[in-house]
Amino acid sequence: MARSVIPIGPWHPLQEEPEFFTLTVDGETVVDIDVSIGYNHRGIEKLSERKTFDQSTFVIERICGICSTSHPFAYTRAVEDIIPVEVPERAKYIRTIVAEGERVHSHLLWFGLAGHFLGYNTVYHWVWKLREEILDVLEILTGNRNNYAMFKPGGVRRDINADDIPLVVKKIDSIVPTLDRLKKAVLDDPVLHARLKGIGILTKEEAIDYCALGPTSRASGVAKDVRKDAPYGAYDRVDWDMIVTENGDVFDKVVVRILEVYESIKIMKTCLSKLPAGEIDLNIKDIPPGEGIGAHEAPRGETFHYVRSDGTNRPARHKVRAPTFMNLPSYRATVIGETISDATIILAAIDPCYCCTERMAVRDDRGRKILGGPDLVRLSQEKTKKLANKMGLQ
Amino acid sequence: MARREEILKDIQTRFREDIVDFFDKSSKRVYIEIKPESIVRVAGYIFKELEARFNIASGVDARTHLEILYHFSLEDINLLISLRVKLDRENPEIDSLAPVFKGANWIEREIHELLGINFRGHPDLRRLLLAKEWPAGVYPLRADYREWDRNAIRDRGV
Amino acid sequence: MSITLNALLKSPWVFHLSTGSCNNCDIEVLDCLTPRFDIERFGMLLTGSIKHADVLLVTGSCNRKSANRLKVLYDQAPKPCVVIAIGECSLSRGMFIHSYNCPVPLDKIIPVDAYIPGCPPKPEAIIAGAVKLIQKVRGK
Repeated sequence: MARSVIPIGPWHPLQEEPEFFTLTVDGETVVDIDVSIGYNHRGIEKLSERKTFDQSTFVIERICGICSTSHPFAYTRAVEDIIPVEVPERAKYIRTIVAEGERVHSHLLWFGLAGHFLGYNTVYHWVWKLREEILDVLEILTGNRNNYAMFKPGGVRRDINADDIPLVVKKIDSIVPTLDRLKKAVLDDPVLHARLKGIGILTKEEAIDYCALGPTSRASGVAKDVRKDAPYGAYDRVDWDMIVTENGDVFDKVVVRILEVYESIKIMKTCLSKLPAGEIDLNIKDIPPGEGIGAHEAPRGETFHYVRSDGTNRPARHKVRAPTFMNLPSYRATVIGETISDATIILAAIDPCYCCTERMAVRDDRGRKILGGPDLVRLSQEKTKKLANKMGLQ
Repeated sequence: MARREEILKDIQTRFREDIVDFFDKSSKRVYIEIKPESIVRVAGYIFKELEARFNIASGVDARTHLEILYHFSLEDINLLISLRVKLDRENPEIDSLAPVFKGANWIEREIHELLGINFRGHPDLRRLLLAKEWPAGVYPLRADYREWDRNAIRDRGV
Repeated sequence: MSITLNALLKSPWVFHLSTGSCNNCDIEVLDCLTPRFDIERFGMLLTGSIKHADVLLVTGSCNRKSANRLKVLYDQAPKPCVVIAIGECSLSRGMFIHSYNCPVPLDKIIPVDAYIPGCPPKPEAIIAGAVKLIQKVRGK
């Protein structure tokens, strides 16, 4: 008989809060999952209609803190698509540099959390320390660690100082040796191979049916990336590779993200060395009536913005779609049939953007809590330890 | 370029009866208005036969009527097709696309609770984002939405 | 404040709760634990359960679903419990003041002892705010 398990647990290792995922288990196997969201719903689409096009950029930045560039990038492209108009070359390069810097910090953040869930706490602390270097780089370039406020419809708001570039490049280079060590530690670790391979598989057909995006679908063999399919910014002026793997399991998702960090570093350094001179802003005055669509490949997938203008200085409608919205429902395909101790890492593998997702916990039919969030994480960490012991490696 | 023209011509001939308006805005953007009753056929064709990716559906309150735009991406020719349907404000209803592809499930739930459009045949049309105590029949994204919560504080108290 | 609080704040156990935020503030709080800022050397420890918390760090603009959960959690916290509001959203909802889903600011739901402004506040600001509060409590 299926016992009802309602997962509520820390998504990141420090919170314990109400429902988000509801798992139904039979013994140790998950037989059903339901997802409940809305804990971060702040009515941004409606707020956007009260603000002018320029002011809206600041609200949009705060949809998500981790991918704080992705939404303004897509939004400003959508507004520019209404007219339509292309921003100056220098602005394209600056936008690309900031966007790739964000991708590095976001993937490293995920990497650290995944390490924690698997019981590799050293990885967690090392990677987050490494991440501080990238945040320093972004602070030198834009003035802030997180909400960069660099974007506006028509270009960028601030320029990059040529004097800063040597220091920035030096800091980016300083990340690579540690990253190499971590990459080797993770990709060659037999315990991680045993732990993560074959777990939480999302097949190519399912990825297409759920319309999954970003590394979640690229790990399943769907070779789609907005930066390659519909080039914008400086992505078609720089040489870089799209990372695609075939198996669709959690291990592949880790591989895709780690390798993407290297590609992002390549793009950042190339853009910084080839930065053209010129204007950074078109100074758009009026937005004519019409519709525009803008997309950007955020660290988690494609962010998609649709903006409708009626000729006034405020959007008539602004539709925002974050990538996790399409990736979350794919849990039904990846978690059902797996064990509870794998549930945490599978759910973490799509890299849900916090602000669209929350936590998990476990209760029985009568509503009594049996396992809290920390317990689920602990189960996951214990499984890793057991595997390591079995292989005689710990 | 030839494949793009081929695909668009094919859609225009195949669904001649269903298309109300065809706006070829630029090489990357096409907006096709179709009759609401044709949505499953046209969207199903674009998703399955043309193997486009479903991006999202945008529900819009256009004051005189309600609209839904279904956005599909054809990556290999860098084309984004947006299917527009116009619905009556008093009783907005349309067939659900959730049985056709799973990616449409959640967005239809969201449009249903925020704009009040009914999706016929959706397997599970319950609330996605709004809290339990949110009153039924109040649709926040509509243009005529007014504050219903008497306990809400809308100034900073300064 | 009480002697108990004074004693507890020598090594405060912190519980972090987000009531509907963009998570920037939450990441900055996590950053405080990582090697660069490392608040564990001050004895501050993040706890997994509210029942062990002396200090409650709250972020987010209290949207309707989260506000319900916040009230339940605050009631479970053993008193005395010090509440610190981090980030603009928890101060006054910031730019979400007109949002249909964020009806009241945090301090109308639970009593708040310290406010740390910023969007998001840098880890240095968070540490400075927490230290100021602890010193104020001890000073009484």
